[in-house]
Amino acid sequence: MHAFCSTPYFEPFAIPLILDKLSSSLPLAKIDSLKYLKNCMPSFGGDRMLQHAQHIWTALKDVIFNLPPKLEALSLTPDSGRDMKSDENEIATEALTCLKEAVLVYTCPDGDVFLSLIINDTDIEESFTSITLQRNRFDSPDKVDSQLSVLGSILSVTATTSSFCCGRVFQKFFSRLMIILEVPAQNSKYGQDATTKVASRKLNYGALCLCVLLLTSGRDLIATSLESSVGMEMLQDSWWYLIQDFSVPLTSTFKSALEISNIVVSESANSNQEHVFCCVKGLQVLATYPGPYSPITKDVFEDIIAAFMSVITGSSSDSYLWKLSLKSLTMIGTSITRFNDLDRQIIYNKIVVKQLVFLLVQKDSTSSIAPTLEAASEIGICGLDYMLQVIPAIEDAIISSFMQACVDGNCKTIKVLVLLLDCYCSKVLSWSHNSGKLEAPGMSFAIGILGCMENIIDLKIEPRMQDLLNRMMMALQLVVRGCKEHDQHKVLHKAFNVLQASGCFPVGSLPLPSGIYELSQFTQDLSEFTCREEWLLYFTASIVMALHQQTPVPDGGKLLNLFLVFLLKGHLAAAHALASLINKWPTGFDILGLSKAYTLDGTIDLIVTLLSNILLDNPGRAVTMMNNEGRPTQFFSNLQIHAVIGLGWIGKALLLRGHDRLKDITMILMKCLLLCENEMPSLSSDGSDTCNGKDLQYLVARSAADAFRILLSDSEVCLTKNFHAIIKPLGKQRFFSSMLPILHTSVKDCNSSRTRTLLYQAFGHIVCEVPLIVLIAEAKKVIPLLLEALSALDGDIMNKDLLYCLLLVLSGFLMDEKGKEEIIDYVHVVINHLIKLISYPHMTLVRETTIQCLVAVTGLSYTRIYPMRTKVLRALSRALDDKKRFVRQEAVKCYHAWASMASRSLR
Amino acid sequence: MLRELINANPIVHGKKERRRVQSTSTNFDEDIKDPEHPYSLEELNVVSEDLVEVDDKHNYVRVTFTPTVEHCSMATVIGLCLRVKLMRSLPSRYKIDIRLAPGSHSTEAAVNKQLNDKERVAAALENPNLAEMVDECLAPTFV
Repeated sequence: MHAFCSTPYFEPFAIPLILDKLSSSLPLAKIDSLKYLKNCMPSFGGDRMLQHAQHIWTALKDVIFNLPPKLEALSLTPDSGRDMKSDENEIATEALTCLKEAVLVYTCPDGDVFLSLIINDTDIEESFTSITLQRNRFDSPDKVDSQLSVLGSILSVTATTSSFCCGRVFQKFFSRLMIILEVPAQNSKYGQDATTKVASRKLNYGALCLCVLLLTSGRDLIATSLESSVGMEMLQDSWWYLIQDFSVPLTSTFKSALEISNIVVSESANSNQEHVFCCVKGLQVLATYPGPYSPITKDVFEDIIAAFMSVITGSSSDSYLWKLSLKSLTMIGTSITRFNDLDRQIIYNKIVVKQLVFLLVQKDSTSSIAPTLEAASEIGICGLDYMLQVIPAIEDAIISSFMQACVDGNCKTIKVLVLLLDCYCSKVLSWSHNSGKLEAPGMSFAIGILGCMENIIDLKIEPRMQDLLNRMMMALQLVVRGCKEHDQHKVLHKAFNVLQASGCFPVGSLPLPSGIYELSQFTQDLSEFTCREEWLLYFTASIVMALHQQTPVPDGGKLLNLFLVFLLKGHLAAAHALASLINKWPTGFDILGLSKAYTLDGTIDLIVTLLSNILLDNPGRAVTMMNNEGRPTQFFSNLQIHAVIGLGWIGKALLLRGHDRLKDITMILMKCLLLCENEMPSLSSDGSDTCNGKDLQYLVARSAADAFRILLSDSEVCLTKNFHAIIKPLGKQRFFSSMLPILHTSVKDCNSSRTRTLLYQAFGHIVCEVPLIVLIAEAKKVIPLLLEALSALDGDIMNKDLLYCLLLVLSGFLMDEKGKEEIIDYVHVVINHLIKLISYPHMTLVRETTIQCLVAVTGLSYTRIYPMRTKVLRALSRALDDKKRFVRQEAVKCYHAWASMASRSLR
Repeated sequence: MLRELINANPIVHGKKERRRVQSTSTNFDEDIKDPEHPYSLEELNVVSEDLVEVDDKHNYVRVTFTPTVEHCSMATVIGLCLRVKLMRSLPSRYKIDIRLAPGSHSTEAAVNKQLNDKERVAAALENPNLAEMVDECLAPTFV
């Protein structure tokens, strides 16, 4: 291409060649030649190209008329799946850019030749008349559509090229359009009764579209030249005065057409929608001309915005119009911010933002708050100034409705609150964090909510409010996450004070009672918390989860204590907060105001001894004692399960920061897991209770196995980068390589099948979360365990997700080159296990993945797998009759792969 | 090996647009390649969706196909491909019946008999050349 454009002397040879290629019917040839033409024209120069003008225009016209480009500006559904025609679309867009280049080249020295060719072209003229004559677009919609898009795109491309071209196009077509639309010029004497006239008729659709397109190209021309700041003096050309002349009546025409179509339901809803779209678009374009170059006056601008606002606030049921209006308002807002237009911003603020804010804060709104909320948040996103007004409004609304909900527990208020919180989290907060322009967004929200909690005495809580609680926590967490250290400190301090004032702190400080019996007694005593205290604790927990590492914690010891107690009572949020505290605990001595008594090691020691006491310290004694007092055994095992979960989370915190005390925690978990193998000490004289005790012990052991998942899996709620956790690399890998030998020997030494299953379960949780490459490096040890785990876990329906994850690991082995080498020694076992899993009844995904694994097996050495062929085929023929379609399809593929193995080997 | 094609200039028909989700076994033959030409059997109008009968309750499938020319010696190979494809795609509970459309072939009865004789089908598949040919024809169906 560069060779072609290298010198103007190639022009007599290159251009005819390119034009000839353009007339080819192959799409690729067309695209290529258009690209060449585009690049050649500027380098050959306007003078040389002059002789080709006619030919180039004819060729381009041909292309564009035959493959009408998609008009993005006017299409109702922009992405309406026209991927099939992507080739044609590409040609069309390429042709249009080429046309633009041509216009640019030819008009460079104000030459008129090419432009006149376009404007005076008979085809253009013809389609213009045919479009504008058609009263009703639905006589032949496809034809009108394509004509419209051809003409529209040619005209708008020409008009956006330069002010001069724009002037020519407007001169020729704009006034004619105005006449067709029956819009009088402002200074004519008919100007006054324009609106009354409009009310009685329907606007010509084609003319309307073209008019909007021309206005858009005028605006784009101004906007682009403003931003590149060239040729400013040329902007207010004749065409601009033309628009200015017509702007007032045009605006009122658009507006009244909107009103009519709003009232009169036209014969076809679709055509109505298109009319509405055009009118809204027209108004929007008129309002988005950059400030000083706007053809409309401030009054007209105000008028347009007010019209949109009346749609937004009105109770109209036309959701299409509502959405369009909101979109236009946001576009107008964005354009104001973009061109920094102060005058208009004042108007916009007054009419749009203030009104929406007023509506939000207003309490007795009978209508649904959802649309107002959506409008407010969308408009806030357009610019910082708007957002600064919207945020307090939404926060106030949240706090006031929270107060109300707490007092009366009304279902409707809660619904509103949930909506508000959703919008606040998903739009407002995420915008503020991304833009980074706001100082500590949401501080007042956090403080406000905590203040609420301080003042409320009795919280009307009901089960369905759990959802609300989760959202509140999430909002608080997000707010605190985005704050600086001292702001976080402030919020935490406030929460702490509220907690203290409410008398929620049951204990002085650590140490808690260390014996299990005393401890269980102790937690039992604390069992009766009011809802308010619980919520308060949850809020505090979510604040703690999102703290920075450097944020000083006011009274770490007390907080720790509190979370421990609540953890043992089974509140998961407390476990999260505790883990987060441990994860971010400063290593040095009291640099940041933390109480001196607590170093990291000391604290971990304390917690670990406490929890291990509960889990391992001669459990029989406590149970017997509790039985004597008439407490159910279940209470104790629940306590243990909560302790296990807590250990899991604390372990995760340590794992992430790479602390070596993690070893102790895993040892406790392992012991706990193996406990149920040993005989439980007999609890009481009657046998039934013993049996019960055993089952409960099994539950604890099972939760210990599941704790490994907590340890390794990624949580979204806490201990993530987002919430400022300390995360050191390769923690999982290190943990895996330390655990593998332990698990290996435990499995070998284990006698009870139940315990072995639990061990496999723990192994499975670990394996699923570790990167495949690490597993493959240890393949010799991993594969046998993996295969045994696959067969051990298929009995229990509870393990189906784990089983699926293990299968994915196996398929990873089968797909990896190195993994294949390792697994080939076990291929018989693998196939046998897979055949068993083909009929796994509990989960379709397991069956599907099994069959996919079997397909992958065929990639292994032919001689090793061939002996299994008949067996596999027999098993697969059952899968061909599976209940689920996906499984059947996979089975067919797999069957073929195995059946055709023989003939493949011949090739 | 330069062998004269039996039907040197077949008429190519379009493929039928299909609905996305179908019942058990109607999509089995859409892409089987013709033994002679690089077209699928459906494109050559050898099989079509209308000529496939499926009776799920009685476990019965019947496919009727039309060779492109009357003396087509590929009819048996086409039939064999259809049968193998069905055997591999359907559960074994189905009885599969494959026939030529009446009057479409000069040795119709013989071909029908050959195609529905399981001993002869099994024997044919023992032949490595034939098995390879069948697999080649079926290859595009398992994507």
